[in-house]
Amino acid sequence: MDVRSDRIRESSRAALEDRDLQRALGRAGPLLKSMRNAGMATLDRPEALRERAHAVKRETMARLDEMLTLLESRIKEQGGQVHWARSADEANRVILELARKNRARSVVKGKSMATEEIGVNDALSRSGIDVFETDLGEFIIQLAGEPPSHIAAPAIHKTRQQVSALFARHFGAEPTDSIPEMTRFARRILRERFLAADMGITGVNFAVASTGTIVLFENEGNIRLTTSLPRTHVAVMGMEKVIPTLEDLDVFLRLLGRSATGQKLPSYVSLLNGPRRTGERDGPEAFHLVILDNGRTRILGDPELRETLYCIKCSACLSFCPVYLQIGGHAYGWAYSGPIGSVLTPQLVDRKRACDLPYACTLCGACAEVCPVKIDLPRLMVALRRRYQESPEWPGPSSRVERAGMELYAKALEHPALYRLVSRLARIVQVPFRRGDRLVHLPPPFKGWAAHRAVRPLPPRPFHSRSAGSPGHPEEVEDE
Amino acid sequence: MRVGLFVPCLVDQCFPETARSTRRVLERIGARVDVPGEPVCCGQLLFKAGLWRKTVPAAKRMIRVFERFDRVVAPSGSCVHMVRRHYPTLFQEDPVWRDPSLELSRKIFELSEFLVHQSGVEDVGAFFPGRVTYHDSCQVLRGLGVREEPRRLLARVRGLELVEMDPPDTCCGFGGVFSFKFPDAAGALALAKAERILATGAGTVTGCEPSCLMNIEGVLRRAGHGVKAFHLADILAGSTAGSRPQSNHGTP
Repeated sequence: MDVRSDRIRESSRAALEDRDLQRALGRAGPLLKSMRNAGMATLDRPEALRERAHAVKRETMARLDEMLTLLESRIKEQGGQVHWARSADEANRVILELARKNRARSVVKGKSMATEEIGVNDALSRSGIDVFETDLGEFIIQLAGEPPSHIAAPAIHKTRQQVSALFARHFGAEPTDSIPEMTRFARRILRERFLAADMGITGVNFAVASTGTIVLFENEGNIRLTTSLPRTHVAVMGMEKVIPTLEDLDVFLRLLGRSATGQKLPSYVSLLNGPRRTGERDGPEAFHLVILDNGRTRILGDPELRETLYCIKCSACLSFCPVYLQIGGHAYGWAYSGPIGSVLTPQLVDRKRACDLPYACTLCGACAEVCPVKIDLPRLMVALRRRYQESPEWPGPSSRVERAGMELYAKALEHPALYRLVSRLARIVQVPFRRGDRLVHLPPPFKGWAAHRAVRPLPPRPFHSRSAGSPGHPEEVEDE
Repeated sequence: MRVGLFVPCLVDQCFPETARSTRRVLERIGARVDVPGEPVCCGQLLFKAGLWRKTVPAAKRMIRVFERFDRVVAPSGSCVHMVRRHYPTLFQEDPVWRDPSLELSRKIFELSEFLVHQSGVEDVGAFFPGRVTYHDSCQVLRGLGVREEPRRLLARVRGLELVEMDPPDTCCGFGGVFSFKFPDAAGALALAKAERILATGAGTVTGCEPSCLMNIEGVLRRAGHGVKAFHLADILAGSTAGSRPQSNHGTP
């Protein structure tokens, strides 16, 4: 999918002015948070479980090659096929080739972030193959021609009125305010598509190496249909999704649903072991697993950033991020949004285009507090900022003026005499901007700050005022 | 006990009264307070902007200046968090500075945690009339794990009625470089915070982090609301009936 993360400053501004979006986010935020908190509250020892999940991920990443090879052989033993894709293009070529071989004209899809990442819908459509999203949220945004704006709730930015209007425009549906009615309508349309589909494409929530099991979570039953009705099932997974054993799956089974939507378990959990076997009545004739690298090996080889790959795409960090809840997912400009998007995107796409993302964060730490695998997202955010500022391989996001300002600030902190000089100069420079107890018409970089706040002038003297003798004595400082 | 008072650059430049309040409170509970003669700063803004190399000289000065104290206290949770949490990272591969950085990280405290845990004091003999709401700053709450300490201190202030926001712990949107790179999103978050404060009916908002208070106060004042923002130190320093703390937040 196209990267538009270089426009995050503009698109976040536009998002703040989008009243429908603000209404949708304003409603969704508190709901998502309370659902997640209620779900986690049903666990006996949530902290211990989160730590266990972190440990499983850490151990798996340490021997990812071994885990993936084991997964591959187990899948092959069960009659499935495994394809390795180094890049998004390679993954799309594999999937397109499979579609051609199967003479597929119509493809149904389950919700999948990996396929958003590679943009498989566009790749297939360009070759004349119809691709139909079957998750209700994805179905809605496909009609709108938009990418998902939330990992678990892709159409969270849409109000029910907007959805009704979309259904009316595309299918001539009667406008309605009733969500059950709209759902029934979508279901009728989707049912026909399931029955007509030649191929089903899904993502992968977890792939269990020891048993070759693909695990999929969902609430609508659409993934179960996608993986069982069409002749061919293609599952696309980021290579970090492998876990060692079914015992490990138990840890994540308890965490993923709760973190995403507060559910102890989602309505459907599918454990798939290859294609239909002789004597079995359900399942596809062919099963293919596409294992996607697309930059992940590079992250794996980077000890400081490797933790990024522990993510299980639950979306809790989005739901609790104050910035995400103000600007929505689209502003981030790529498949992944919110805190995990801000650390993942710069590591997967053209770095220059993503350079503002790690700065779209107040470092408030709410994300790290809810992450089910305890990823230290603020640490990763600062580590990426450091790359952008200090590594020549990471083209920087700072203007010359910003850099000069920071340079001066750093020097002033190193040299008290310069600090005092700057402090005195600032008190002179502010004079023409002063209107009573406010500073007005401030130039950049204070302009944006002043647009939303009344800015106080600096007090006559700082606490450390040499002319006032020893610091800290109010009478001396103020009566000079 | 020799306590070094660390006056962060923001407090030094914008809120000198808060530094004096902190000193007053510490002296009132019997601490021997000493302030380094030269201004010193932890370098947090640089570090969080990603400029680690530029942070190092400031951090080294910070470590050197406070070497001679048993305890260091600051009226800023984020600066204490910077030293406690990030100095060990900054100097982890520096054989000379690693140990001194760890030493400082272990002996530096945010004011409320110093009072409650290091000094065992909850009643500092303060008087402050009116309804007050407390803002949980991100680095104070999630960074330092300080939630109850300031509330316990406020509960002992005569004349003060503490009313909680719903919820008190969402980010005010400051975020250092964030509010300069994304001023509009930061402004929207600050406004949301201001609305929660107004909903409490409190006349004063307080906290343990001056940057949040500056942000919140600016938004409240721009909207023409009379709610004042005082650092916890300013409230704790108010001692006689009728005297309101003098602060740059609240008094024009």
